[in-house]
This record gives sequence, C-alpha cells and structure tokens, in this order.
Amino acid sequence: MRSPFRPQKPPNPAILDDHRPLIRSLERRGLIRAGLSLGALRLLTGCDVGSSQSVEDALSWISTWNDRVQAALFDPNRLAPTYPASMILKPPKFNAYFDITDLKPVDGRTWKLELAGRIADKRPWTAEKIATLPETSMVIRHVCVEGWDYIGGWSGPTLRSFLERVGADLRAKYVAFKTADDYPSSIDMATALHPQTLLATKYAGETLADPFGYPLRLRMATKLGYKNPKWITAIEVTNTYLGGYWESLGENWFGGI
Amino acid sequence: MKIRHDGTSFATTAVTAGRRLHPLPVRIMHWINAVAMIVMIMSGWGIYDDYVIVNGLHFPPSLRLGTWAVASLRWHFAGMWLLALNGLAYLSYGIATGRLRERMLPIRMRELLQTVRDTLHFKIAHDDLTIYNAVQKLLYIVVILAAICQVATGLLIWKPVQFSSGVALLGGFQAVRLEHFIGMSVIVGFLVVHVILSLLVPRTLWAMIGGGPRLQRTRVGT
Repeated sequence: MRSPFRPQKPPNPAILDDHRPLIRSLERRGLIRAGLSLGALRLLTGCDVGSSQSVEDALSWISTWNDRVQAALFDPNRLAPTYPASMILKPPKFNAYFDITDLKPVDGRTWKLELAGRIADKRPWTAEKIATLPETSMVIRHVCVEGWDYIGGWSGPTLRSFLERVGADLRAKYVAFKTADDYPSSIDMATALHPQTLLATKYAGETLADPFGYPLRLRMATKLGYKNPKWITAIEVTNTYLGGYWESLGENWFGGI
Repeated sequence: MKIRHDGTSFATTAVTAGRRLHPLPVRIMHWINAVAMIVMIMSGWGIYDDYVIVNGLHFPPSLRLGTWAVASLRWHFAGMWLLALNGLAYLSYGIATGRLRERMLPIRMRELLQTVRDTLHFKIAHDDLTIYNAVQKLLYIVVILAAICQVATGLLIWKPVQFSSGVALLGGFQAVRLEHFIGMSVIVGFLVVHVILSLLVPRTLWAMIGGGPRLQRTRVGT
C-alpha cells in the first residue's frame, strides 16, 4: 500500500539541503515578514500564500523555534504510558516512504553497524554482538504524525546503554542515523538518553521482521513515528545538525510527543 | 461594583462614557483572530485529510492551506502561536476591563426564546448595535469556549506523552482527535452564521472596522 503520507509530487530534497544552513540561520525578521505576508487581504483574495519563498522561510523559522519549545517541554524523567502485552498489534503497521513491495531486506549475516563522530570505540558491531547487550522491553503507543496510532511491543538495548558502552560523548547535541533504505535521521541527545529509547531488535518477543527494520531500528516512546529510523546501518554522535529525510522536505525536526 | 435597577451588576471603574462599541484593541484582536482562525481551520483540513476521522469526508485541495500534509502542518504549528497569544491577550483584556462580562452576561432564557422566535420571523434588524441579544451572547460565549477547548485539545494531540494524564482524562488519543475535530466544527458553524449575519446587517461589519457607535452614558450607569 502506498503511504498516504507521501506527497503527490515530492519536492527535490537536494534543493532544501543546499539551502539548509541559510534556512537555519534565519533570524527574527523572518517572522515579521511572515506577519506581513499573512495579511488578511492576501488570504481573502485567494492568493496562493503557500508558494512564496519568504513565507516558506518564515515557516521554517517557526518550525525551528518549535524545536526549541519542544526541547523545553521534554521532561527526561517522564515515562510514556505503557500497556499490557495483550494489546500489542501483530504484525505492526508497515510504514515507509516507499511501498512494501519495494522493500529491500537487509542480510543479517553480513550486516554491520558502523559508528562515527564523537565516539571513543568506533569498531563496527555485528548483530550477534548487539544481542549480548542487556535487553529492555516496552509496550508503547506508536503515534504517527498523520494521526493514526497503535500499541507495539519492542525489545533491545537502550540507546543510552549502547552509547555508554562505546564511549560516546553524552554531552554532544545530536545522535544521527544512517539506514539501508537511505532514510537519514537525527535526534536530540536528551531523547537519546531517555530510558524508553531503544535500539530495537525484537517485536512482540520475536526477531524483527524485514518490513519493520530488521536487524536494528530505533524505537522512541517520546517521538512521532517518522523520527524512528529502521534498518539502521550507522550511528553518529555529533554537534552538527544533520536533519533527516522528512525534515529536509519541511517536516518538524524535534517531532516530540 | 454597583447593582443596576434590573438587578445586573457591572464594573463602574472599567466602563468609561463615550467609549466606542468596539474599542481599538478589540478590533485589532478580532481581525488577528480572524486570520489565525482561517489559517488554523484550513491547515487543519489539510492535516485531517491524511487520516480522516469521518469515513468519506475529505476536504478538497482548494479549501486546504498547504499543498500537502507537511506544508499544512507547518502552517498549523505556526498559526497556533498567533491564535493562542492573540486569544490570551483578548481574554486578559476582556476580563481586566470587565468588557466580557458587560457584553456577554446575563443571558435570560425568556430573552433567548424571544430572539429565536424573532429570528424565525426574519426580524433580525439590530436597532441598537450596542446591545447584544441573547442568542448573540450565547453564540459568542460558545465560540470563545470552543476556541479555548481547541487550544487545550490541540496541545494534548501535539504532546500526548508529556501531557498523558490529560489525554487519559479526555478518553485517549483518538478521542482527543475527535474532540479537536468537533471543536473545529463548532467554530466553523459559528463562522458561517457570524459572517452571514454580519453581511445581512452590514452596520455590524463597519462597526468592527471603524469602532461603531459611541456608548451612551445612561447605559453605563450613574
């Protein structure tokens, strides 16, 4: 099934990537411009206010401001509600920016997790080695930015325990991910260290199936679905903002719930 | 605080004689709110269409703000600041000056029924713009409460984990989505009536731009 989240005509992400530093350096004047452009007259006369570049810049500025507000609202000690195992949806919902028929399964035997950035021990990890880490399980609600939700049961090492194990700089700003489906993603360090942020290897007690991110995916109880990359191939700890797949198309970066 | 001869109370300190029906701050906040509401409603329809609540109900692209869901979300999460901050300013002003209570209260059942009867007989002429009839008062109170509910349910949908107890109180995540949708329907329903009536009695529309007639000292009390 085609994800209804996909745009009819996806904009070229390269265009936004090229202008990313410019967009993020926008200052207050972007908001003022938006205020001017947003005049009631323009709305009432039916002008296409959504197409102007200055409006887009202002909306990006506000989205970045909303990232900061969400980071302030995020309570690192607050646990998301958990549910009984009997409520777990089996199998989970498949959702990606491509159809399930275009899925390219990852070969777990040759798969390796690469490490980069502010990490002391950058030796790659195999699936067997990850399986030796202490496992945490959680049954949580998956909330999609589109509005749907389901209860899922996930197991694997906490991202925090993994980052500590490899000697990551826990004071860095971001943890970024690369994936086999070319879906780059990045999150704030506070969420990376939250106890309900897992490097999930199992769903409902069984090894993750191919469509849901085998062999390793991120699962956070405190962020929207699109913030959870699947089929992870590399983790980088960094102070540089790296954005993500949907973020480069305009989606909000923090995506907290 | 004094008591009027008809038993209603009013704040003498807040009401100055010769003030216009709609003071300048009210007019500014009204039109900012109009823009914010239209942004929130039309971008909300764009978000809604991604995962509909009522089977078969879609909003056509011409009624959506944002060419696709992500663009609608950007508008919605920008418009929310305008709506919430302006709404907060409006309520603070209305409460601090006593204007909200002065204009909206009291509502009497007898007046309410009489106004409904008059309206059904197409007697909707406002002889005196400075006096709101009972139905008007009720509609304004309902739409203000609906807007407050929209901010609350919107916040819960945005942050269902940070405010998980609020979500549980209102019946769960999907229930809050439904409540947010119903709140929108109430506001849109109000908007339709509000705009039609203001066009039928254009003096009310000019009053919200120019300020309208000056209030009579005798109405204000002695």
